[in-house]
Amino acid sequence: MTGLLDDFMTRAALAGVGTALAAAPLGCFIVWRRMAYFGDAVAHAAVLGVALAFGFSLSIFVGTLVAALAMALSVSALSGRGHGVDTILGVLAHGALAAGLVAVSFIEGVRIDLEAFLFGDILAVGRDDLVVIWGGAIAVLAVVFWRWSAMLTATLNPDLAFAAGIDPRREDRLLTLALAIVVAVAIKVIGALLITAMLIIPAAAARVFAGTPERMAVIAAGIGCTSALGGLYGAYYLDTPAGPSIVVVAALFFVCASLIDLARRAPR
Amino acid sequence: MSDLVTAKDLTVRYGGQTALTHVDFHIAPGEIVTIVGPNGSGKTTLLRAILGAIPATAGRIVRAPNLRIGYVPQRLHIDLTLPLTVRRFLDLPRRVRDKDAAAALDQAGCAALADRQMTKLSGGQFQRVLLARALLSKPNLLILDEATQGLDQPGSAAFYQLIEDVRDRTGAAILMVSHELHVVMAASDRVICLNGHVCCDGRPEVVASAPEYRALFGTGTQGALALYRHEHTHSHDADDIHEAAE
Repeated sequence: MTGLLDDFMTRAALAGVGTALAAAPLGCFIVWRRMAYFGDAVAHAAVLGVALAFGFSLSIFVGTLVAALAMALSVSALSGRGHGVDTILGVLAHGALAAGLVAVSFIEGVRIDLEAFLFGDILAVGRDDLVVIWGGAIAVLAVVFWRWSAMLTATLNPDLAFAAGIDPRREDRLLTLALAIVVAVAIKVIGALLITAMLIIPAAAARVFAGTPERMAVIAAGIGCTSALGGLYGAYYLDTPAGPSIVVVAALFFVCASLIDLARRAPR
Repeated sequence: MSDLVTAKDLTVRYGGQTALTHVDFHIAPGEIVTIVGPNGSGKTTLLRAILGAIPATAGRIVRAPNLRIGYVPQRLHIDLTLPLTVRRFLDLPRRVRDKDAAAALDQAGCAALADRQMTKLSGGQFQRVLLARALLSKPNLLILDEATQGLDQPGSAAFYQLIEDVRDRTGAAILMVSHELHVVMAASDRVICLNGHVCCDGRPEVVASAPEYRALFGTGTQGALALYRHEHTHSHDADDIHEAAE
């Protein structure tokens, strides 16, 4: 087992699969709730979190987690105050990204490979990173599994949840927390700019093949994992950047799914 | 029998506006109560306060310890990206046995729909499925918020007939909000006319002839009410008649 984890490709594969597993069910909720831009804003805040982590000597995980949660709270606080939600998300997402880039430039002493945090550096994943990634992934999966029905009810209609004795605000908070964890886990693997892609693309592709929410989540997980492994494989043989290659494979899945869907709907 | 829900001197401020002031409300087991009122009169706010979705700003709401609410929302938008069969929808938030699910669909008059996708249902089918789901929790209070919106007149008349059947069969109290005054009032034991406060409250024919109600809705519904009012086989007790609240 020790020998196995010595191989950087094995570690990269494990990291990719762990991230894809956590992202799949959460990505479904983000698609169902039309929160793609929310995911973007939270993910971009992670760059600010990286600066925070270096500035205060925290771990990258803690820094990005704190920044992602702070972003999620800011969005809820600003929503419904005269601006459209898309405007608020646009301001916060790009504001946070720009502020993060500026903040990183202030940090002296440590040389930060910015590209690694923007696009991921999955081939450099170490054993410690694997522990964080799988720990986070299992935590997210556990929360989503535990609250699945309640979260689904709250997603359909908040009042329906209230009537059934479920507090939808609590489910919203849990989903936000899970999203922040996925962002913090995925920044090393796929990078802040492409995290949303790993959340949304597998879920969107899975929609075509699914008749129930559970099946959609499972198929999304399958597509996500296959994309991670396929992207890594492609990156290795074609010498392309790993993170973007993973997203390209996922996008190809989406294109195929859309074509299948079109063919199905076409009149014969 | 004691009331399922009682609101005492309820005031609700919501989104910077006072939606309800000093509202007294109660509903007894087995009663069909309809809330009528113009747009923005606080009808939905009152329902949501009863559900616990909005806190009371002043006053209080007392719920019976055995209260089980079945809720049929006004609109339920299901995103096209969410695959959801009727059968799976009935499992929210708690899984139910196939036998119970089939019975609920049957009771709501939509037994054949179990395997259909929710997003592919017609308006009438959708409302019946919502009703079936609400019935699964074996509610003793069924709350419907403009449940017949988007249905044509025969469709909504059939839906209200169904509601009355549900009450007769299960003994559940029914609390509903509607714009369709004549149909709704005909099926109700008691009508509450709301306009930020309770304008008047009582049996349908009492409310329909009350000056407060006529001031809001005119006198036009009176004839239609007589036309649609059908005889219930049971007799109403004298205490069903409530005096106007103001």
